Amino acid sequence: MKRIALFSVTLLLLTGVIPAFAAQPIKIGALFAITGPASFLGEPERNTAQMVVDEINKKGGIKGRKVEFIAYDTQGDATKAKQLVNKLIKNDKVSAIVGPSTTGETMAILDDVEKAGIPLISCAAGSKITDPVKKFVFKTAQNDSLAVAKIYEYLKKKNMTRVAILTVSDGFGSSGREQLKAQVANYGIQIVVDDTYAPKDTDMTSQLTKIRGSQAQAVICWGTNPGPAVIAKNAKQLGLKLPLFMSHGVSSKKFIELAGDAAEGIILPSGKVLVADLLSKNDKQKQSLISFVKDYQSHFKAEGDHFGGHAWDAVMLLKHAIGRRGEAPAAIAAELEKTRNFAGIGGTFTFSPQDHAGLTKDAFVLVEIKNKDWVLVK
Amino acid sequence: MNLSDQLIQFLLSGFATGSIYALIGLGFSIIYNATGIINFAQGEFVMLGGMVTVFFLTSLHIPLPAAILGAVAITTFVGLLFERLAIRPIRKATPINLVIITIGGSILIRGLAMLIWGKDTHAIPGFSGEEPIMIGNASLLPQHLWIFGMTTLAIIASKVFFNYTISGKAMRACAFNPRAASLIGIDVKRMVLFSFVISSAMGSVAGFIIAPLTMTSYDVGIMLGLKGFCAAIIGGMSSGLGTVLGGIILGVLESLGAGLISSGYKDAVAFIILLLILFIRPQGIFKRAESERV
Repeated sequence: MKRIALFSVTLLLLTGVIPAFAAQPIKIGALFAITGPASFLGEPERNTAQMVVDEINKKGGIKGRKVEFIAYDTQGDATKAKQLVNKLIKNDKVSAIVGPSTTGETMAILDDVEKAGIPLISCAAGSKITDPVKKFVFKTAQNDSLAVAKIYEYLKKKNMTRVAILTVSDGFGSSGREQLKAQVANYGIQIVVDDTYAPKDTDMTSQLTKIRGSQAQAVICWGTNPGPAVIAKNAKQLGLKLPLFMSHGVSSKKFIELAGDAAEGIILPSGKVLVADLLSKNDKQKQSLISFVKDYQSHFKAEGDHFGGHAWDAVMLLKHAIGRRGEAPAAIAAELEKTRNFAGIGGTFTFSPQDHAGLTKDAFVLVEIKNKDWVLVK
Repeated sequence: MNLSDQLIQFLLSGFATGSIYALIGLGFSIIYNATGIINFAQGEFVMLGGMVTVFFLTSLHIPLPAAILGAVAITTFVGLLFERLAIRPIRKATPINLVIITIGGSILIRGLAMLIWGKDTHAIPGFSGEEPIMIGNASLLPQHLWIFGMTTLAIIASKVFFNYTISGKAMRACAFNPRAASLIGIDVKRMVLFSFVISSAMGSVAGFIIAPLTMTSYDVGIMLGLKGFCAAIIGGMSSGLGTVLGGIILGVLESLGAGLISSGYKDAVAFIILLLILFIRPQGIFKRAESERV
């Protein structure tokens, strides 16, 4: 009897307790705006990050160690982000953090991660996140400046030098407007009308009438749905003949659905995820893109978008960095900085001590809307 | 394109937007005229009109006319429930309490709509195509004609109802003096319920008729509701022409402001007018001052 008891105790120890000593999971934290006004960013980001982590664990983890993924919802609120980042650092003791979703939240927590020395890979687009460079802060979302450069490059090629810009009066629009104005000199372009609209406006015919009466050769509109769809419809109503450019903020099927026939012929810069299957075989990102789109479709019955892609890139970058030199936060940051030519969803990343954003304007392609679908602009 | 052509377009656009505000404003004034309270959930009825139509069209694949009828029916039912569950149990409360309750109600309706339909924006195709109609060098969409028609119909109907039918007159009596009205045999509670039914139906009409132009999502009710409220205040809360003129003045000023000065001031124009009128002529610009305030 005694022997049997001893045997079962040993068995219990062997099966239950000992493996727990063997493999402590690697802890990765995440802050996303899963609910609230920025949930269109945070929700696909959380879904994607969780999906990638599950996938990694299914394949045996990173060097045999499981990954524990701890995600908190910031609701798009910078104050919440600040509280939660401290929770991740002090209570959960994570090795690295993915997110937050918006520029405002990211700016609010920069000091905390820098002081704690925990690497952060933000999924927000604002260029000021990594400019100037901070030792532990990286980002995966493409800078607005790259999208602007892509449009201006095209205009220059077509010999169009006078543009009208119509930007939304929120964070996304004003950052776009700054970039549009800052880069004109590099391309010999002149802004002849500089107008704005409010995010909830339902009629922009006044602004477009003013543009119609000007010398502009093209219109560039910078905003997120639904404003640009209203502008497309208004432009069609007014019979505006000028070519209409949009930002990457509307690079989703939703825009085509909202604008209907008025979307035809509109040109916009977009991350490559939208046109993954149209890319040439030589494109380095093609493999990552196709696998992301397919995985997302099978997990969530929805099309993967470039917002989810930012989280995909962040988790994969971490995976490679940890795979090379382990999970010590300082080692992760050092290894991230050494990333060269990582073909992700948002683009091909090459970080350096001077550049923690890692992308060039090749991260974007110009697409045109034809027959309610995207075609690549050559 | 010269300035006069531009001006015509600004006026036309303003007139079109103004008609939308007017239609929403009428809903405010009907409830105000029957109960003396301002129903800040009016914008949510507009949102429901659009969103339920979208839901019927895209999820259940019902043809447009039936989807619209369904949307009006459901929104009206929500208006009825709202009066029964939120307003009637506290009829003894002061108007200010009731106004705050309508604000609470609007947040609740908005939240439920978000949970049911998500946060996406949706569009409905135009009722009669989307080919612009040219008037000189200015243009309109066929949908604008639907809006003008519907607004005209709404003014005529409410004018006839409030001035020539027993129920309409009874409703006005309730607003003027509920106690006296009940003494002469008017069922005040029923009239209040009735006013919520009419204005929620009218809100839903505004909601589906503007959805092809402005698109709709769970949160369109806030801004549209405020603009409608503005229109009603300019018009002195009249249930007829006053509010309609109020809406059109507001729309035209917004459009001119955006076109000639800067679009940054568009919403400021609306709310500065609102404040000025509340300070200087709280009875509206078309009404003579009443000797007795209700």
